[in-house]
Amino acid sequence: MRYLPLTDHDRRAMLDRIGAGSVDDLFCDVPAETLADAPFDALPEHATEMAVERDLSALATRNRAAGSGPCFLGAGAYRHHVPATVDHLIQRGEFLTAYTPYQPEVSQGTLQTLFEFQTQVALITGMEVANASMYDAATGVAEAAAMASRVTRRKRVLVAGGVHPHYAETTASFLRYTDIKVEVLDPDPVGIADLIGRVNEGHACVVVQNPDFFGRLSDLSALASECHAQGALLVVAVAEPVSLGLVKPPGEMGADIVVGEGHAIGSSLNFGGPGVGLFATRKKFVRHMPGRLAGETEDQDGRRGWVLTLSTREQHIRREKATSNICTNSGLVALAWTIHMSLLGEAGFSRLARLNHGKAVELVGLLEGVSGLEVVTPTFFNEVLVRLPGHDAAAVVETLAGKGILAGVPLSRFWPTFPELADGLLVCATETTEREDMEALARALTEALA
Amino acid sequence: MTERGTPTLTGNRGLQIEEPLIFEQGHPDKTGVDLPDPPDLPDRLGGLARTGPIGLSGLSEPEVVRHYTRLSQKNYAIDAGFYPLGSCTMKHNPRLNERMARLPGFADLHPFQPQSTVQGALAVMHRLSEWLLGLTGMEAVALSPAAGAHGELCGMQAIRAALDARGAGDRRVVLVPDSAHGTNPATAALCGFKVRGVPGDDRGRVDLAAFREALDDQVAGVMLTNPNTCGLFENDIMALATAVHEAGAYFYLDGANFNALVGRVKIADLGVDAMHINLHKTFSTPHGGGGPGAGPTVLSPALAPFAPLPHVVAEADGGYRLIERVEGDMQPFGRMKGFHGQFGVFVRALSYLMSMGADGLRQASGDAVLNANYLLARLSETLTPSFEGPCMHEALFDDRFLKGTGVSTLDFAKAMIDEGVHPMTMYFPLVVHGAMLMEPTETESRDSLDAFCDAVLALADKARSGDAAFFTEAPRHTPRRRLDETRAARHPVLRWEPPEPAKAAE
Repeated sequence: MRYLPLTDHDRRAMLDRIGAGSVDDLFCDVPAETLADAPFDALPEHATEMAVERDLSALATRNRAAGSGPCFLGAGAYRHHVPATVDHLIQRGEFLTAYTPYQPEVSQGTLQTLFEFQTQVALITGMEVANASMYDAATGVAEAAAMASRVTRRKRVLVAGGVHPHYAETTASFLRYTDIKVEVLDPDPVGIADLIGRVNEGHACVVVQNPDFFGRLSDLSALASECHAQGALLVVAVAEPVSLGLVKPPGEMGADIVVGEGHAIGSSLNFGGPGVGLFATRKKFVRHMPGRLAGETEDQDGRRGWVLTLSTREQHIRREKATSNICTNSGLVALAWTIHMSLLGEAGFSRLARLNHGKAVELVGLLEGVSGLEVVTPTFFNEVLVRLPGHDAAAVVETLAGKGILAGVPLSRFWPTFPELADGLLVCATETTEREDMEALARALTEALA
Repeated sequence: MTERGTPTLTGNRGLQIEEPLIFEQGHPDKTGVDLPDPPDLPDRLGGLARTGPIGLSGLSEPEVVRHYTRLSQKNYAIDAGFYPLGSCTMKHNPRLNERMARLPGFADLHPFQPQSTVQGALAVMHRLSEWLLGLTGMEAVALSPAAGAHGELCGMQAIRAALDARGAGDRRVVLVPDSAHGTNPATAALCGFKVRGVPGDDRGRVDLAAFREALDDQVAGVMLTNPNTCGLFENDIMALATAVHEAGAYFYLDGANFNALVGRVKIADLGVDAMHINLHKTFSTPHGGGGPGAGPTVLSPALAPFAPLPHVVAEADGGYRLIERVEGDMQPFGRMKGFHGQFGVFVRALSYLMSMGADGLRQASGDAVLNANYLLARLSETLTPSFEGPCMHEALFDDRFLKGTGVSTLDFAKAMIDEGVHPMTMYFPLVVHGAMLMEPTETESRDSLDAFCDAVLALADKARSGDAAFFTEAPRHTPRRRLDETRAARHPVLRWEPPEPAKAAE
């Protein structure tokens, strides 16, 4: 068996050294009635590399790769081109097969990278500090809400109707059995909800998203001021991190905690996971933060180096009083993020963002010419909500999928019980979207809506 | 610098090259990615365009490749050597798994494609579920938890939901042995439970009498690790489980140490109600320097109705369906993360499970336990084992053998680094003094174990010969020597800032 180095000869010699008659003897503490004496017969036997590859490749071909035709899917997962360099570097065994950097003397590679990651996240969000990552944005928002409650000592969280439904559901679920009450507002596709009028001195925080789930960009400055006047924090989620190359960052609008989904930079879509949660805040809140932090220090010879720090917030020290139960973060996805960001750099990141926005403007221009279709989102980055009045958007998506076009994400997938959203479709363009893809979509939609 | 020999002129030492931060290199005008010109169209940002520079670096592709290659060379890794970190199961990470996860039919899938276009992905999730249920004998599995601690949260929230459903929502106490991972009490607290500690006995197991004593009608559940963090099987497990259920509570098993039992014990037979499975430990997916992992959580019939969304089900026509909303009589406690779980990790774990098969997994747990007992036998010549063996897949020692030497467990570990091995887990579990918890895993050869034992025994002799400075000054041969963690915590520097003159010039 190719992953097992011991031979029967080794096993015999080792048992002799131990003074045991057989491997089974080593399991003597296990109740005999629960111990199987042969492999579980309902499961297959071992397989060669060739056989596994053949089998899994066959399963893979039962999927349609998003890039095999025009693709306009977003809704929190954005398809970008990832340079070959990224995937090559993250597969270096020294990165891929290391553990969490508990021994800093032999983990400076991971630690320095995390420090670079934290810096890049802080820079693009316009915040003072960032942690070494969360599992994803959904869990990051949940942790942000809990953190806001710790900071303000308040027990109510307001989640706006423009927040990704998965982020909202994860937050409600995460806090369901705590003393924090989460109020999730109904979906707000046209951005009319009066959040400013709702915030009061009972709130720990208000959670919004920018651009919101329906693609809309908003200036959050007035909301931030009102939150602060009421003693609440403003938590801003960013589902598309590329937007931060072009759009005014949440930090400049008064956000107190910024949570982002980072997978769009550095990683493939991977059917939505693993992701990487970006988590940034103000310096004064850092001791309330969840998650791992890399910090700068010196070694005993006076040379600069990095360690995991402020671990007194964490579960392995504080146990039931920890700021979070989180242990692992999303290290390798964070590494991919950092390498991709480093390749882009200031000029490339800004250009990528302009390209995405330009493609979306181009797409919206074409869609505005499709009769029977209405573009809802007035200001956007690379994604908009369109309505197909009189049509079930999910059915239109199925029809277009039959023609090889992944047209967008129907809102009914998230809100099947809101009939007024049944004609809503989220459509997104990125740098990977070509003019001919957009024309194909416009043509197919024109036919489907006729 | 004399500790490290003659200094070089540059600070570089052969293959170890000093590497500044990415922000201290290049120029913002440079880039490593060529992109086409953006369309020349008026923007639709509503006046919300960013103004001014972000402050990112700028490097070409070769510069970025060199930077991260050099950084990688400052890491120890399982690919490079023995990594006996107890409780972490640092086994070999097969590269076939990586290749499979990168097939475009898996990697380039959007989570919200129509389900008709992702049948192969749903089949992967369903097949992985069948493996996990087949290996544990449990009723249902929630695939979505992103890591071990996240799986604990899943299991404990399911317990909370089950209690509420049967009108026992006032039970607010969770029993957690003193030897537990820190995530256990932290998770219990997140679910609104109070933690009640349970002492161990002198055999390194839960004290059964004290445990029974602690069980009352306020107890919602218990969180046990088995094999426990002392590396021992809780041989009263059946009595413990019976007592838990008789008290009307639920039994959460921390699956961190499942590697010892795979293919030999179905944990359903131990009376377990919920257990998370660390795919990144037991099923060989890479740790990646701290994630991403995955912590699918298996559930008993009592807890299965409360499994979080989404679910994958097989349909009568041979297809698969992803259930994202409540249907029928399911009572999910909610949703744990965005999208459908750590799909990329699922593919890797399935690739491993198919490679190993039921027979290989059974051989693997046997070899893991054999390897740990071999370390226990060889090292007990000099080191002090905390409890009587045999152990399961990890061997626990304490620092009695270092008594009077002036060498601590930490010093000993740092000297191991100089000898080219990664240290074991130190100072955990908390129930023994100066703990050294060693988990070799099944993917180490006998030669590798012997080399490790030779090094550790030689170090023990050296410590006992009175040469404390050899240890307290270690490590000497690493990219950095001991780092000042107090300074890092007192004056946190958590990001790079431009140097002062550059700030003034802005």
